[in-house]
This record gives sequence, structure tokens and C-alpha cells, in this order.
Amino acid sequence: MSKEKFTLLESTCVPLPFENIDTDQIIPARFLSATSREGFGENLFRDWRYDKSGNKNMEFVMNNPLFGGKILIAGKNFGSGSSREHAVWAIYDYGFRAVVSSFFADIFRNNALNNGLLPVVVPEKFLDKLMDLVSNDPSQKVSIDLENQVISIIPGGDSVQFEINPHKKECLLKGLDDIDYLLSRKDQIIAFETAKTAKDED
Amino acid sequence: MEPKTLFDKIWDSHVVQSVEKGPDILYIDQHFIHEVTSPQAFNGLRKRGIPVFRPERTLATADHNIPTKDQDKPIRNELSRNQVDRLTENCRDFGIEYFGLNHPSNGIVHVIGPELGYTRPGMTIVCGDSHTSTHGAFGAVAFGIGTSEVEMVLATQCILQPKPGKMRISVNGKLGKGVTAKDVIMYIISQISTGGATGYFVEYAGSVIRDLSMEGRMTVCNMSIEMGARGGLIAPDNKTMNYLKDLPSFPLGFDWEALLTQWNSFKSDPGAVFDRELQFDGSLIRPMITYGTNPGMGMAIDDSIPEIGDIKAEDAPSFLKLLDYMGFKPGMKLLGHPVDYVFVGSCTNGRIEDLREFARIVKGRKKAPGVTALIVPGSKAVEKQAISEGINNILQKAGFELRQPGCSSCLAMNEDKIPPGKYAVSTTNRNFEGRQGPGSRTLLASPLVAAAAAITGKLSDPREFIR
Ligand code: SF4
Repeated sequence: MSKEKFTLLESTCVPLPFENIDTDQIIPARFLSATSREGFGENLFRDWRYDKSGNKNMEFVMNNPLFGGKILIAGKNFGSGSSREHAVWAIYDYGFRAVVSSFFADIFRNNALNNGLLPVVVPEKFLDKLMDLVSNDPSQKVSIDLENQVISIIPGGDSVQFEINPHKKECLLKGLDDIDYLLSRKDQIIAFETAKTAKDED
Repeated sequence: MEPKTLFDKIWDSHVVQSVEKGPDILYIDQHFIHEVTSPQAFNGLRKRGIPVFRPERTLATADHNIPTKDQDKPIRNELSRNQVDRLTENCRDFGIEYFGLNHPSNGIVHVIGPELGYTRPGMTIVCGDSHTSTHGAFGAVAFGIGTSEVEMVLATQCILQPKPGKMRISVNGKLGKGVTAKDVIMYIISQISTGGATGYFVEYAGSVIRDLSMEGRMTVCNMSIEMGARGGLIAPDNKTMNYLKDLPSFPLGFDWEALLTQWNSFKSDPGAVFDRELQFDGSLIRPMITYGTNPGMGMAIDDSIPEIGDIKAEDAPSFLKLLDYMGFKPGMKLLGHPVDYVFVGSCTNGRIEDLREFARIVKGRKKAPGVTALIVPGSKAVEKQAISEGINNILQKAGFELRQPGCSSCLAMNEDKIPPGKYAVSTTNRNFEGRQGPGSRTLLASPLVAAAAAITGKLSDPREFIR
């Protein structure tokens, strides 16, 4: 099944200058009882966005009307903790299309790539600079060029290259889906099973 | 032949094909599913109009959101009930074996896999749950995956995975009195931080690991993910084979002879190269406790929280913010700090050995009056065993109650929540903000530390209570 293609993204950003943001923060477990992929954006960072009585915490950046955009900028080691893909669905559903950090947890990164959310790994120095610029000026824009693997502060600011697995890059650019890919390899999988059973019975 | 690591041997023998410049197509021997991370995957299959490719290689259980009381009655929370009903339906429609609520084999997915003989040396094992690393204790390559990957496994029995790096962590020496497997892994994480093993698959080795029981090894492998590792594994030995041999139940068609002829090769060859090697001295480890909101913030129970001067300047603000959430101050000692809740359970410490350890300390003593305790077995089998061994009696006499199995307060998807601001000594694996309920303050620890807190009502050194 084809997915939304990721090409060039140019947007303002939302800064979250905290390290080790875990998946329990991104989407608390008590909101995991849904059985569809939709609607998780509503509870993204729930316990930071709302206080105990359910009122908006106006100090939290996502409740500041000045900040918005499709790029989330977060401190080091983003997405650690549980394997819940709901974390990615929530970020995507809220409207983000890329997360920029200096370090991502493995499962989160895989989940993001499987859902058209681009995790962009940048050097810590660049991240610090970006975080400062964006925090001080909500109108600051950033562009992410997946084809050329470049993230730039615009206009005229710094830019850096970022790494992405070539296979994943192609999937994102073309909106391809890994399950379709695997299904197209059914014959090889069956051949592997047959060979393996024969070997185990040696 | 070039010497290979155990991880390489297992991984390489499961690669169907390598995608050019991309990940490997990895064949999965055993897949586990539960109610929370599977419904969207089944929806995907329905949308595509395809069946489950190898239904006999998937096993389902309900564990994450179920109540730990009155399991024979309908689940009261509507969303939870709906999620469990959907799993029941999906397993029926797609022909998957399912140990639902009240089934004698029901329990936490990472507890029942090993105890029912589904987890065996040399296998590849995945589940939509990060603590799948637990199964690595048997010398299997086991790791957590997301729901899109659950759908891949259901559809093709394979996933696309980049091969992680290899790390070996050796713990040598001898553990002191009152120091358990939980303290070993909490100590390692406190030394290398929550991101310290990201990108790696860890093999644990050394005399301390060898000396651990299978339950202890599962506890160690379980928390591999808390230092970012893709998974953790331990080479199988006689202990592993004896554990397996004594299991009452194996899945249908299990070939014990084939396993016996193979298992000796399940180890890293001498001279095999790891991308990173770490060594620890087990005799330095003391009973551990966490003081912050990630599992890397751990210390020996009789230590003090670091002073602000010991923290890197740029990390100071977030350090203070985390301590503030916990209601602690830099430099503070935690021994003697009041405790409101004690939780014993989860896939980290919800096995029979953990209940035995807890009972060893509380036997003949009384629960402290101000403490609310939740003792939740990891599975129906553990519950049954605890009753037959008389552990249940010991607990009752001391003022505790054995609940019914499930994940419970580990992630607080059911009613078992820790109220805001309350301190819980918990034998689980995550102390994230709000993990055990909004505003809850979690202190991770071993069952012995939990027992000492439960009878004194404050953080206490378990070594004082071991007879
Ligand atoms: S016990 Fe806790 S960590 Fe283990 S599977 Fe359940 S929720 Fe996850």
C-alpha cells in the first residue's frame, strides 16, 4: 500500500530542549487502548501539555501560539523506552513530518521510518545552535532535503548532511511500503524455510 | 573459518536475503503478540486482504491492560475490554494460538514464552514490546519491534532489519550477600547510561552471569533495552538445558534431540571480535536503587544522590528538573526515606524466584502500616507455584495479598496506578515520569529491596534483613 511521499520539507519548528524524552512522555500508556492508528495526536505529550486538572499548561511550548510547524527539534536520545509505535503515530498525527535530534533510540527510529516520519540525526553542536535559534525566533525556518540528505537553517544559515539508510530513503521518497516489499519476496522466504528445515533435520 | 560471535551465528543463519545497501530480510522463528501493539497490524492484514503466513509461529496472550482482581468477570474498563476482545477475535479469525484471560497458560508475554518452552537457544524471536530482550537469556536473538513490523511478521514471517553492532559485557568476580541479578543490570546501566548501548546487541558473559539462575539471567537480559541495546543474550549452558528439560510443556512438534545436537555450537568462538567490550567487577556491586526518572540514574542503596558539582554543567538544569519531579535534592541520602507503595511483579521480577526472594524477607514479619503493596505474579503458572510452595501463606500472614497475573502497575494501563506524588519501590524496569500513573514517583529496585521497604515503610538496606 503506498504511503505519503517525503520530498522537500520547509517549515518552522517546535523546540523541545530536553534530553532522553521517552515514549511514555510522548504518549502515556493510558492512551494506548485504541485499536486504530488515528487520533493519537490529541494526546501527544499529554502530561506536559495539560496539568492534573486537565487545564492547558501555558508554559509548554506546544501551547504557545507563536510556535508551530512540521519539524520537532528535541534533545539527545529521543524516543527511548517502549516499542510503542503509537509514539510515532501521535507525532505524525499532530502534524510533524520530521524530528531532529543528535541521537535516537533504535526502535523509535525504525518505527518512524516505517511511518513516513523522518528522524534527522545532526551533530550536537548543530543541534544546540538550531535549538537556540528556533527557541528565540519562532518564525525561523528550516529546510530538510531528503534527496540530497541536507538540513539547512534558512535563509542563508548553516547546513549539514545527515545519514539515512539508502533503502529507507528510497521508500520514503517513493512512498513505498516495506510490507509490499516483503510480500514480493514470498518465493525466497519459502525457499529459505525449506532449506532450513532440511538443515535442522540433518 | 573466521571466529564468529554467538549473535552473528544466529543472525546470519536467519538471513533470507540482504537488500542491496539496505537491511537484511530476517526470518523469525517465534513471534509473540499481545493486545496493545497488535490490533493495528491485524487491521493492516484485513485491508490488504491477506492471511497470516505462518500462524503456528505466533503465540498470543493478554497481559498489558488486564485487571489483577476478578479476572473471571468481564473487564470493567470499556477500552481495555474492547482491546482484549479484538485480540480474541483476531486470533480466532487468523488461526493463532491464544492464551487469554483465565487460560491456565496466561501471563506476561516474556514470562510465559520461556516457561512454556517456546523460547529456545538459537532462535530468532520478536514481539511488539521492547522487553522481548528477556528471551535472550536462553541464547536466542530476541528483540522488540513496532506495530508495522508486527504486521510484516504476520504477513511474511520476516522483518527488514539492519544488523546491529556487537558488544560484550563481562561481569566477573562474585556477588555479595543481598546482591541480585537486578542489581547487576541496574549497576551496569548506571555506569553506561540509558543510551550507552544504543545500536548494539549485547552478549553478557563472565562468572557472575554464569552463576545466575535462568530467572536471574532473564532479569539481566530484560533490562538490556534500558541502556538502549537492541537486545541482550547469554550463551546457553548446562543450566539452560536443565531448565528446558524440566519444563512440563513444550509446543507441539518440539524436537528435543535436534536441539541437543545443536546447542553446543551456540557460543561465541574464541577470538570472535566485538565492536565494543566492557568489563565489570561483580564484587563491587551493592543493592541498587534509582533516584531519578530514567533507569540510568541508579546508585547503591546506601549511597547519596550526586552533588550538583558532579554533574556536567550543561546537564545540570535537566538533572535538577528530574530530581524536582522526584522530590529529591542533590547530595541527599535515600536510606530512611518514606515509601508509600511497593510493587513486586513485571517481566523483570515477576517470576517464582522473585516471589521467593520477597517472601524470604517478609516471612515472620509484618507489612508496615502506611505501605500499600501490590504483589503480582508474572503468569498463571507462577501464581499456581507460589500457592503450592506456601509463598501465598507467608505473604498473607505478613499482611500482603497475591494478585492475579498481568503487567499491572508496571505501566499502569489497568486500575493499579500509583497516585500523584507517591513513592513506589518497584521491581519493574522503567522509572519514567508518570510510568506508574500520572505524577507517580518510581524507585526501581530488586525484590529484596522492595521487601525491606515493605516491612519498614522506608528505604532500607535488605542486607540487614537477610537471615
Ligand atoms: S511487565 Fe511491564 S515491561 Fe514487561 S511487558 Fe508488561 S508492561 Fe512491558
